[in-house]
Amino acid sequence: MNSTRPPAALAALLRPALVLFLLLSVLTGLVYPLLVTALAQALFPRQAGGSLVLRDGHAVGSALIGQAFSDPGHFWSRPSATAPQPYNGTASSGSNLGPLNPALTDAVKARVAALRGADPGNSAPVPVDLVTASASGLDPHISVAAADYQAARVARVRGLGLARVRALIAAHTEGRLAGVLGEPRVNVLQLNLALDALK
Amino acid sequence: MTAAAASLIACFLLLLLACVKPVGLYMANVFEGRPIWPLRAAAPLERWTYRLCGVDPTREMGWQPYAAGLLLFNALGALALYVLQRAQLWLPLNPQRFPALAPDSAFNTAVSFITNTNWQGYSGESAISYLTQMAGLAVQNFLSAASGMVVAIALVRGLARHGAHSIGNVWVDLTRATLYVLLPLSLVLAVVLVSQGVVQNFSRYRDVTTVEALTYQQPKTDAAGTALKDAAGNPVQETLTTRTQSLPMGPMASQESIKELGTNGGGFLNANSAHPYENPTALSNLLEMLAMLIIPAGLTYTFGRLVGDTRQGWAVLAAMGVLFIVLLQVTVSSEQQGNPRIAQLGVDQAAGPMQPGGNMEGKEARFGVAASALFATITTATSCGAVNGMHDSFTPLGGFVPLFQMQLGEVVFGGVGSGLYSMLIFAIVGVFIAGLMIGRTPEYLGKKIEAFEMKMSSIAILVMPFIVLTGTAVAVSTEAGRSAVANPGAHGFSEILYAFSSAGNNNGSAFSGISANTPFYNVALALVMWLGRFWPIVAVLAVAGSLAAKKRIPVSDGTMPTHGPTFVVLLIGTVLLVGALTFVPALALGPIVEHVMLWH
Repeated sequence: MNSTRPPAALAALLRPALVLFLLLSVLTGLVYPLLVTALAQALFPRQAGGSLVLRDGHAVGSALIGQAFSDPGHFWSRPSATAPQPYNGTASSGSNLGPLNPALTDAVKARVAALRGADPGNSAPVPVDLVTASASGLDPHISVAAADYQAARVARVRGLGLARVRALIAAHTEGRLAGVLGEPRVNVLQLNLALDALK
Repeated sequence: MTAAAASLIACFLLLLLACVKPVGLYMANVFEGRPIWPLRAAAPLERWTYRLCGVDPTREMGWQPYAAGLLLFNALGALALYVLQRAQLWLPLNPQRFPALAPDSAFNTAVSFITNTNWQGYSGESAISYLTQMAGLAVQNFLSAASGMVVAIALVRGLARHGAHSIGNVWVDLTRATLYVLLPLSLVLAVVLVSQGVVQNFSRYRDVTTVEALTYQQPKTDAAGTALKDAAGNPVQETLTTRTQSLPMGPMASQESIKELGTNGGGFLNANSAHPYENPTALSNLLEMLAMLIIPAGLTYTFGRLVGDTRQGWAVLAAMGVLFIVLLQVTVSSEQQGNPRIAQLGVDQAAGPMQPGGNMEGKEARFGVAASALFATITTATSCGAVNGMHDSFTPLGGFVPLFQMQLGEVVFGGVGSGLYSMLIFAIVGVFIAGLMIGRTPEYLGKKIEAFEMKMSSIAILVMPFIVLTGTAVAVSTEAGRSAVANPGAHGFSEILYAFSSAGNNNGSAFSGISANTPFYNVALALVMWLGRFWPIVAVLAVAGSLAAKKRIPVSDGTMPTHGPTFVVLLIGTVLLVGALTFVPALALGPIVEHVMLWH
């Protein structure tokens, strides 16, 4: 290093820097993702394709991506902050409202009022996840408490027995993995599809 | 803390601890040129690489060419990534026909990804082609992580060697880090993530017909795309109805795995690891959290192994672990406590068997409070910056911890490599302070710490607070800086402070309400990221070169042991003192005043 002048030393570094960058780019940027894709398609084709949910052969959504529901006869999903419409699959986002922001309290107030308006007889406190926007804006789940809160409304609107609706919720409840991981939850799209399939 | 949260955390920490030795030992073997059996199959690939590069792998380098080579390698990466973003419309694998990114945005992202920051000024699913994602962003996920790792290894060699004039061969180290550590781990993790539901394909976005029709309003625009206004100047809204939901596709899993393993953090999708396609289940969440930590935590063992005394590595890990557990406790309990203003509205925030409760704004139901708070603490303890919940909507103290951990200089585990080298610099400063207190020549691992090391260490440590606080000050005093803020009051200030802390420490997470995709923030944050990454790296390599040349002093009665509890306390004290003294005034104006306002 000391014997060569700095420009010459830098030039000596240029070839390895450039060639190594190109080689590792091909390896990590092309070979690697193609290899993962091949393995993914061979081993887990349904998941690799987005875990689509089919009804009568048509894709009606993804088991992993939530949808907006406003029909009182359906279970409602969590509020979504995506724009311009809620549950916009191409614009995932949270609200990013801070805890003191008046816009947050106003939004929660309006959501509580909407839930109470659709179910006037229910004076129980509203489970928090049902009135707060998720991080992705695409949350497919609600808590078991949030499903239970809506059970009476759905049963009344559909003319079903409350016990039957509750049983359906129980059948669609996912528990903690190994008793430790994750929170007990219900997939709203799948629950509503099961509800629609009841005749 | 709820019992469920406590058992999740205990389970996670045990898993991590179990990984430290095997991963650390493996990396020590890799950097000494002895990869284990199944991977030895890649040895011919390694040899061809050196031949094509014209490199003699046995020839080592002094610290200056090592540093120059690394800077050059990263500069080429930035250039390539910039070109790729600007040219993506004319390149293949762009099924959504995304146009070129704006010059300031492309510049910001290029710097962001080569510095291992992975700040997302863009929104992945609506701006970046598959080719840019995998051949641009993901490549830098690998290479920036490898760059951090080789600097740490060079510093460790400086400590381990004596009377040496070289600290390794940068091309060999970069190749080995990528080929034997990052690639195999990413490959395995990517396939497991696909099994959980992470997408991996090259299809165009998939349109599905939703169960219910959705009616919504959006601002009406004219043919040129400008928003229409009525006579009073209010935007005109149009009402639309749709039954179509467009689902993003692409090679996500291959990028997701290296995003966590390389502590990069830039998501394929805008919502990052909160997006169900990036992080679909509780198990994928656990693996992603573990992936962020195994290399930074494992490197402490690698360090101990390479300096010939594994107790030295455990001591560094202990200091990191204590800071982590204390801060984690603050985040989890603060988020679990929820938001008193929401509780007043007839909302149930109590944790129970049927709901996680707590502050659920900006969190996902499958993760709840505990796994979101744990993820947030990990992603800012390491310099990852991936998020599975929106930090902007955390409670004031829940948001304070991520901010504070970044401001400590990303040494609570820290980034891949960068965490270890930054912590070792703190160790050098720590023994220097202790030496002053007891009146002895400071030494670390038998190396005398002298004026040159102290100068370089001070530079490595002080650059970050300088650029972070200067950047914040400039932003709050200019209209361009203030107008980007989304939340009023103290929280808005926190958004700016968070942005610069994240950039200066190469973290990449955000209080993401801030609209930072503007020329001002794109350029300012890019400069802060660049300086925050490479200025310390050069100083650290200078320390490495200087230490390598020194003789080893034999242990005597006057030697302060650096493997016991005293040293752990000293190290924690040094980190906290430097971090606290520099940032407490700024933190008092942000999260601390916000906490007081929320609860009183």
